[in-house]
Amino acid sequence: MLRRLTLILGLLIGLASLESQPVWADDANIVLKRLATDNYGDIETGITALAASGIASSEAVLNALADSRLSYRPSDKAIFFKDASGQWIDAATNALPSEQPTGLKPVKVNNRVRRALDAALGSMTLLSADPQKRMAAADAVFKSRDATTLVALDSVIAKETDPVVRQHFEEARAAVLILKPDASETDRVGAAEKLGQRGDQDALALLNSVTEANASFVVVAAASLAAKGISRRLALLSTAQNAWYGLSLGSVLLLAAIGLAITFGVMGIINMAHGEMVMLGAYTTFVVQEIIRSKAPSLFDWSLPIAIPLAFCVSALVGLLIERTVIRYLYGRPLETLLATWGVSLMLQQAVRSAFGANNREVGAPSYMAGVWNLNGFQITYGRLWIILFSLAVFLALLGVMRGTSLGLRMRAVIQNRRMAAAMGIRTPVIDALTFALGSGVAGIAGVALSQIDNVSPNLGQSYIIDSFLVVVFGGVGNLWGTLLGALSLGLANKFLEPIAGAVLGKIILLAVIILFIQRRPRGLFALKGRAVEQ
Amino acid sequence: MKKLISKMAVSALVASSLVASIAAKAEDTIKIGILHSLSGTMAISETTLKDTMLYLIDEQNKKGGVLGKKLEAVVVDPASNWPLFAEKARELITKDKVVATFGCWTSVSRKSVLPVFEELNSILFYPVQYEGEESSKNIFYTGAAPNQQAIPAVDYLMENEKVQRWVLAGTDYVYPRTTNKILEAYLKAKGVKPDDIMINYTPFGHSDWQTIVADIKKFGSAGKKTAVVSTINGDANVPFYKELGNQGIKATDIPVVAFSVGEEELAGLDTKPLVGHLAAWNYFESVDTPENKDFIAKWQAYTKNPKRTTNDPMEAHVIGFNMWVKAVEKAGTTDPSKVIDAMIGVSVPNLTGGLSTMMPNHHITKPVLIGEIKADGQFNTVWQTPGTVVANEWSPYLEGSKDLIADWRAPLSCGNFNVKTGKCGGKG
Amino acid sequence: MMAFLFHRFDKASLVFIVALALIAVFVPVLNLAVPDGSTFHIPTYLVSLWGKYLSYALLALALDLVWGYCGILSLGHGAFFALGGYAMGMYLMRQIGARGVYADPILPDFMVFLNWKELPITWYFFDHFAYALVMIILVPALLALVFGWFAFRSRVTGVYLSIITQSLTYALLLAFFRNDMGFGGNNGLTDFKDIIGFSIQAPATRATLFSITAVMLAFGFLVARSMVASRFGQVLASIRDAESRTRFLGYRVENYKLLVFVVSAAMAGIAGALYVPQVGIINPSEFAPDNSIEAVIWVAVGGRGTLIGAAIGAVLVNFAKTWLTGTFPDFWLYGLGALFILVTLFLPKGIIGALAARFGARGKGEAA
Repeated sequence: MLRRLTLILGLLIGLASLESQPVWADDANIVLKRLATDNYGDIETGITALAASGIASSEAVLNALADSRLSYRPSDKAIFFKDASGQWIDAATNALPSEQPTGLKPVKVNNRVRRALDAALGSMTLLSADPQKRMAAADAVFKSRDATTLVALDSVIAKETDPVVRQHFEEARAAVLILKPDASETDRVGAAEKLGQRGDQDALALLNSVTEANASFVVVAAASLAAKGISRRLALLSTAQNAWYGLSLGSVLLLAAIGLAITFGVMGIINMAHGEMVMLGAYTTFVVQEIIRSKAPSLFDWSLPIAIPLAFCVSALVGLLIERTVIRYLYGRPLETLLATWGVSLMLQQAVRSAFGANNREVGAPSYMAGVWNLNGFQITYGRLWIILFSLAVFLALLGVMRGTSLGLRMRAVIQNRRMAAAMGIRTPVIDALTFALGSGVAGIAGVALSQIDNVSPNLGQSYIIDSFLVVVFGGVGNLWGTLLGALSLGLANKFLEPIAGAVLGKIILLAVIILFIQRRPRGLFALKGRAVEQ
Repeated sequence: MKKLISKMAVSALVASSLVASIAAKAEDTIKIGILHSLSGTMAISETTLKDTMLYLIDEQNKKGGVLGKKLEAVVVDPASNWPLFAEKARELITKDKVVATFGCWTSVSRKSVLPVFEELNSILFYPVQYEGEESSKNIFYTGAAPNQQAIPAVDYLMENEKVQRWVLAGTDYVYPRTTNKILEAYLKAKGVKPDDIMINYTPFGHSDWQTIVADIKKFGSAGKKTAVVSTINGDANVPFYKELGNQGIKATDIPVVAFSVGEEELAGLDTKPLVGHLAAWNYFESVDTPENKDFIAKWQAYTKNPKRTTNDPMEAHVIGFNMWVKAVEKAGTTDPSKVIDAMIGVSVPNLTGGLSTMMPNHHITKPVLIGEIKADGQFNTVWQTPGTVVANEWSPYLEGSKDLIADWRAPLSCGNFNVKTGKCGGKG
Repeated sequence: MMAFLFHRFDKASLVFIVALALIAVFVPVLNLAVPDGSTFHIPTYLVSLWGKYLSYALLALALDLVWGYCGILSLGHGAFFALGGYAMGMYLMRQIGARGVYADPILPDFMVFLNWKELPITWYFFDHFAYALVMIILVPALLALVFGWFAFRSRVTGVYLSIITQSLTYALLLAFFRNDMGFGGNNGLTDFKDIIGFSIQAPATRATLFSITAVMLAFGFLVARSMVASRFGQVLASIRDAESRTRFLGYRVENYKLLVFVVSAAMAGIAGALYVPQVGIINPSEFAPDNSIEAVIWVAVGGRGTLIGAAIGAVLVNFAKTWLTGTFPDFWLYGLGALFILVTLFLPKGIIGALAARFGARGKGEAA
């Protein structure tokens, strides 16, 4: 059914354009052979010809080319593509050849070829049964503005039942019409209005390219009116977008700092090895993904959920080890912890470098973290959305542990009054060790998320340590809510300064503001209330 | 007691000088210095180059060494710390008596060691593409100058992708600044309007690219074909490309051509969303020549890692090292002052099937390759210069340097000769 | 003046000063007068290397003055060091004159390179050595004054102060990275030719610079020593040990802190200025917070609140770094990291502190 529809569409396109006549089975070889070359220009024209040819295998061939599954035999220029089972199919007959061919050369693809492919596949799949595919096809036509698809577009718009898909078809049609010099004035004005409703950057770009040189006065007026409307809307959107960026930067800062809010904020250890705990979490993610890639590739989307508890355990264990061997001897001497943990941080960096090499490691994104959610022009990238939700979840979980569990109660008791807590029968050394392990483990969890947006390298931790300390201090040492608020406000401030002052100057201004802020409130946003005159 | 301490300080001073004089005595091997960061921020890129040098020296020793003597590598770690580079260079030359040094990655590390190499008259091979605007008697630049990388890449985009609008994005340091200045002048000379050029600088290790990528997207939707020319350095690339992927900028819409992203950097990335973005280099691992296949096979055997990648600066070290061997054999000595003279005019095969020659300006001739990123993290060469390109160490597109040339042959023997005034600058 | 400097002078200090004086004399002699082949010859590269260590020692001394005696843990002392270094670097840059690669008589190379036409105001007068000398002290001192005035007046203390000093140096790092600032961006200032007419590469200049560094270290020590040994120093120590109590006793704590902070910053600036000609480059990485943390570590390793210890700690750690990066390039970070941990665990008062305790020769006013 589908194939027949494609065929009909091919026919339609063929009729619409005078250059390429429909080609039948015997001639299929001639068209296909145009792909058997290393010259990108020839491949490009070959694709256009093939798309218009109506050859039965053309969609399969083009899809194969897009996935680099297409090859040719240099001796006779025969084209083959690999099917799902990995067998070579002869494109001319669209069937298994009598024997599998040898000595094939791949048909190479570059951006030009890819663009031609997108356009060709777009016009071929307008009639696909899958609404997602139809929508993608409409978007491809929107980009290619291939005038030969107009006839097909008109017929599919009439038939389309899904309103969203129809919207996309109509926008594609408008994109084709708006710059088509021989289209009627009414059509072009209508197109301008349609694009104005679409209201995004691409539409604006199209409308802006309508000038007196290529359109009548009426069309230009309609286009510029629509363009103005879009510009106004986009200006508003950009504020919202900045807020979103700020929120997402804030969530990254929160993740980076949240473990430190425990080890430094609550326990008072100037933990310079905090960044390395984050790094260990990121490397754990890498190892988990490597194992999944080699042992069970189908589980790849589960790699992050699997990595989270493991990263917590790895970092918590390392943290426990550090606490037991080094830090426990240093309680009450906070400045000396700076020195020792700096040493630990150097050693951990070098250990990771020795074990994994100095270069970056690849941590892939699971499918649900890729892509953009377009809310009427307001763009939310799924990766960032997950990170924001994740950071809030980690924060709430940690808050829950501190407030709602008996371990949390003991932790707070020990921190507030060590000797009193000991007198009440709390084994303070155990609590110290567990608290430090908890803070380290949370840092490890952060590493899982940060591996999605940053380098996984031995230097990963170093790049977050300064910001983390700033967040904790700005928010107020010893207060988790302060850390949350500190991270979010720094993130937002940074993102609103960046468009005005540039990335570097923005950051400098922010640092200066923080320095001045600390003068006003020497104990951060949320100072711990207490009767102690000084620590 | 306190006396003891002060004595300790003095005796440490004396002891270290003793160590120095003893170390200088063992001279039955020829010593080669390797000055690449093995820790700190640059270790990511430089560690591989250290391994490359160890491999090359090992290979040469299997062939019997040079001038009948074995080569010995002296490895030090300048730890991505620029003053430490100068200190280590001095140590290599005076204490270890190395006859040539292979090292440095960043421009600042090269600038830091340059006075040391000139003062002590030793040789440095610098393997990384850089901004040009320099030619020292004691440095051989085996990486690309801007005209061997940036300008051909822009030409390619203009001709093949019909790009009319340009984003020049870079890290704020001297290489991107200069390259972008040269490109800006070049583009304007080609008739690109100032409105169609956007220049953006970010700090080192910039990790939050949301705003900038969104700006690029906006700039790119003005109805003209847009491309990004990226001189973003090292660490910042991974988050940059991840953000490009996140915001769905495809190579077919806005291609990004990078000058600092090679196989090593891509190894840290999921390249599927990046397919089609470009890079300009003088070498790709995927280059299909017998020399390259042979090199990769031997390199992977040496490192015992069948997945170990190769990249452009590695090739530069291969060329530089082979040139040095040839020059030493030509001069019959490892004495740097003789080798420096013998270097000019030496030709060795590069890994892309041609010959690279050391020119009188101490830069080498190289082919320029444009590659598109493939899904497997390799590059697909989509364009290549027909022959090799000679480096313009002094860019003709910059106001200050358009009259300067470098020629280290007698009688001129000058790194910055002004053809207008007929004077050699820097000599007063 | 001299009487003030040698006020309450103890034996250990005398030994330290004499040792420095001997080094200042004998190292140049062994370098210049003793022939190359001799066992006693000190190669020129070692002279510059030790010159670098001694300038670090002066920085450590400055840090110990504020941290060891007044309890101000500055994680941003590298900023004062680097500012002093930049002032010196700018002087050296102007001295290059027309000998730069572009042969521009006024503009340094990097400005020609960026197509600048005029010298920025910040660079005026830096061709005069005297002006540079004043700036070397004035710029860090002024920054310390402004910063300290705000910070101490609002009673920012402890960790909060440490973190904002770190932010200060980090902000300066970012600022100096910017090429638009006109300080050479990431490359910084380099390729110096001569200093007050003497070639910077000549062994005699290097030896002289080394001697000057040793003398300045001795002088810095004397200043710090006389400050802490005086009544003023006792107030500092009481601020360190019980700030509120001191305040309630009627002392203007912030003024004491401010004075010692400014003096310390000026000392760090001088250290930076001595460092630059001997190392041959100054660039923004000197502002990196890591460098400042390392300086704190030198002090801790040597012994906080001992002055001599700070200087010796700086030399020891840097000597270890030089040696390890050359001998064990792949493993040196383990060694250095382990050193820091072991010192903290087993020598909480630093090497000098531990030695002093062992031999019971704990000097007056040297509370750790």
